[in-house]
Amino acid sequence: MYPVIVILWSVAALFCTAVLAVGIARRPTASTIVYGTSLVAASIALAAAFAHFGDASPASLALPLGLPWLGAHFRLDALSALFLAVVNLGGAGASLYALGYGAHEPLPGRVLPFFPAFLGGMNLVVLADDAFTFLLCWEFMSLTSWALVMAHHRIAQNRQAGYVYLVMAGFGTLALLLAFGMLAGNDGAYGFAAMRQSVHTPLVNTLVLALVLIGVGSKAGIVPLHAWLPLAHPAAPSHVSALMSGVMTKVAVYAFIRFAFDLLGGSDWWQSMTVLVFGGATAVLGVLYALMQHDLKRLLAYHTVENIGIIYIGLGLALAFQANGMNAAAALALTAALFHVINHSLFKSLLFFGAGAVLTSTGERDMERLGGLIRRMPYTSFAFLVGCVAISALPPLNGFASEWLTFQAILQSPELPQWGLKLIVPAVGGVLALSAALAAACFVKAFGITFLGRPRSPAAEEACDVDRFSLTAMFGLAGLCLLAGILPGVVIDALAPATLSMVGERMPEQIGVAWLSIVPVAESRSSYNGLLVFLFVAFSASLAVFVIHRFASRELRRAPAWDCGFPEPSTRTQYTAGGFAQPIRRVFGTLVFQSSERIEMPPPGDLRPARLQVQLRDLIWDVLYMPLAGFVNAAASWLDRFQFLTIRRYLGLVFLTLVSLLMMLAVWL
Amino acid sequence: MALIAGLLAQGLQMALVLLLAPLLTGFVRKIRARLQRRLGPPVLQPYRDLYRLLRKEAVLAENASWLFRVTPYLVFAVTWVAASLVPTFASGLIFSWTADLIAIIALLGSARFFLALAGLDIGTSFGGIGSSREVMIASVAEPAMLLIVFSLALVAGSTQLSNVAEFMASPEVGLRVSLGLALIALIMVGIAENGRIPIDNPATHLELTMVHEAMVLEYSGRHLAMIELAASMKLLLYLSLLACLFVPWGLATEGASISAYAVGLSSYIGKLAGGGVLLAIFELAVAKMRVFRVPEFLGAALMLGLLGTLLLFLSRGL
Repeated sequence: MYPVIVILWSVAALFCTAVLAVGIARRPTASTIVYGTSLVAASIALAAAFAHFGDASPASLALPLGLPWLGAHFRLDALSALFLAVVNLGGAGASLYALGYGAHEPLPGRVLPFFPAFLGGMNLVVLADDAFTFLLCWEFMSLTSWALVMAHHRIAQNRQAGYVYLVMAGFGTLALLLAFGMLAGNDGAYGFAAMRQSVHTPLVNTLVLALVLIGVGSKAGIVPLHAWLPLAHPAAPSHVSALMSGVMTKVAVYAFIRFAFDLLGGSDWWQSMTVLVFGGATAVLGVLYALMQHDLKRLLAYHTVENIGIIYIGLGLALAFQANGMNAAAALALTAALFHVINHSLFKSLLFFGAGAVLTSTGERDMERLGGLIRRMPYTSFAFLVGCVAISALPPLNGFASEWLTFQAILQSPELPQWGLKLIVPAVGGVLALSAALAAACFVKAFGITFLGRPRSPAAEEACDVDRFSLTAMFGLAGLCLLAGILPGVVIDALAPATLSMVGERMPEQIGVAWLSIVPVAESRSSYNGLLVFLFVAFSASLAVFVIHRFASRELRRAPAWDCGFPEPSTRTQYTAGGFAQPIRRVFGTLVFQSSERIEMPPPGDLRPARLQVQLRDLIWDVLYMPLAGFVNAAASWLDRFQFLTIRRYLGLVFLTLVSLLMMLAVWL
Repeated sequence: MALIAGLLAQGLQMALVLLLAPLLTGFVRKIRARLQRRLGPPVLQPYRDLYRLLRKEAVLAENASWLFRVTPYLVFAVTWVAASLVPTFASGLIFSWTADLIAIIALLGSARFFLALAGLDIGTSFGGIGSSREVMIASVAEPAMLLIVFSLALVAGSTQLSNVAEFMASPEVGLRVSLGLALIALIMVGIAENGRIPIDNPATHLELTMVHEAMVLEYSGRHLAMIELAASMKLLLYLSLLACLFVPWGLATEGASISAYAVGLSSYIGKLAGGGVLLAIFELAVAKMRVFRVPEFLGAALMLGLLGTLLLFLSRGL
């Protein structure tokens, strides 16, 4: 009981801070007060969520708020506790980071009030236990984050991002509203408890799942509903980007799990196949788009799309196993998805913090104008490197542990009886492997072009490391990435209550396994020990260093770069972000982006520079959104005719409408 | 006592991969030279090269960062750990469950990640060209490799290499289409991952045709030695992998007698020699490809892997 009350009080504190921030935003101490309070409130809520982890029984609470006589219902169960931990850990990290970063904000009045409100809104979405509260908080979360996207509204690009975001968010909420309407049925039972109990026809089940996939997918960034995400996430200040990418997309994943596993109580196998197909497409398209970016924050935002795809692959597998009564395998797949939720919230926040640090100290987001920062910003670059290794799913960090579990879940799937799933799952496995490999390429590019090499602009040359608060936040998250990577068993055990409540089964307990390995099914099938891998690598590397320095040679001479004998002092001879991705663009781009290169080579004697122009098309914009926008415009201009009629015609129209409505009523009854 | 014996066997394997790796490289070079009617360098030449490099001072570019200096040791350590986890002369060694085949592939991915970063560190165009091509090749080779792992895991019901190897040695394997496809794909991926002809040329000094060598162009002295040793161990790893998966005969099992270990060891060396000869013959028989033909080559491996996995999803008997 207590954790719910504690969390609601922290949310109340966050809202009070938001109101207070409106008044004090102009004062120099405002950012310290607001972010300090947010940090404390988020930490308390985090502790409360952890306190509920061991508690199997859900705690509910009804508050006399919202609709009269109905009130607002809140419930804390294992799933909400898990996601509250994700939300508040991300929130606490962002607040800590912003204690330093927020001081550079040129327009504090546009950020400070909305940040705590956004954080509070996300907490409430995860706690909500009835449709009205859920939708209200969901929309509140969308609107506060929209306000944060619009913080730097004088940049035209941000205004456009805000507009697209608002449209997509409204569209998503509409889909969720309709989904709730279908779930509530004729008697309008709008509480989650009643929805859980009621039995739905297959048609309702399908429609609800489709609406949820659209409504939640538009927030999480499922392809093709991802279009707003890479515009909006980078537009906000970096700590908010971290919160939006690392945490808000996870709230959307929460909503999907709540609907699909809890309220609907399962699905058919072909529905899970749809989820798998969308998950796979999202994963691979997200990372390919990310590879083509040269704006660091936009690259990270596109990469969020990929990770959401990986999470949805896990969820789709869990649904498929559940539909066939293979609950143990479903628990494995769901654990993999939830593990990836935690991991992604950790390393994506870390990476956005790093991008924010680069932005503060150089004023640049464009990778083509950065470079060499590892020498000027050693601490930031180290933390960012840890995030890059983690997100590229490389052992022994945490990203690998969750992808490994997803692969193990895929290897369980030949037992599935349906042919459709048998054909689609191996392909999804291949897609997952492809996106993991491309992610590594993407982060070699992100880190290599931004932090390595020689500085490509004066701003990058004069960069210096950021303040202590930001560094503490980054190193804290990097440490958590390492811990979750070398002790994955602890995380898996912590996820057990959530999977138990959603699919009725849990993964075998990991904490008792010898040497802290993880064994998803049986030791004869597979096992992985992050701790030992880490220790072995550390030991062998130290041994090599010791032996060589002790017995061979430790002399070192600095000299100009060799570069095959033709070193070129100009920094423009280095590889650029675009150049680095060129081979991959040639391999995948002709299909996915319809990319084309045009080379303009002036004839000998002509002094014009030669040019290479690359054209990439975003097919989803061209095929889906542009025709849709054109249709809306055409419909609007058609409706425009009704705007300037005479009063007689309006009266006629009113009369006509009335008559036709009465006719319809008469026919219906 | 059993623990000590187990640790000894594991230690022996670690020492074995470290010590045999340069020999294998030298052996392949020698065979290639003999087939070209050249005398070729002595088989022990790689050891001499390593010794020479280790004793020399390291020349470092002026703007090289700490990452550039750490990477060789990291790459070496990661490759060594990965190579020691592949069964060589015996399966079921004491730490064999530390990482399964997926984790071993990912460990090699970690090594490549850092090497590609090191290629970008100095800010020279050759480093960039190497890194950029390396990640392009890896982005197709890694999924192909994972699909091969899927096929093997579905046949053997395990991703643990020791268990897979024991299953492959047992009579229940039989002839399977999927395993044939996996074998071909694994050879293709192995050639690409080790930068052998026709993907890359480990002996080239023509800048525009090189991938791996361009990436490590700025390394010298002990750093270069570490990277060369890691590259040799990677070749050994892939040959061990092929040996323990597709010719698992002679492999000693867990807790076997000394004589079984001796049989395992000698058969392992025999398999390596056979693999080396085949590699040398193959390398002489084909010409180096253009870089942009590589994705097609690896795409074929990817498709073979996918086909094998798909067949197994349709029927466990295929």
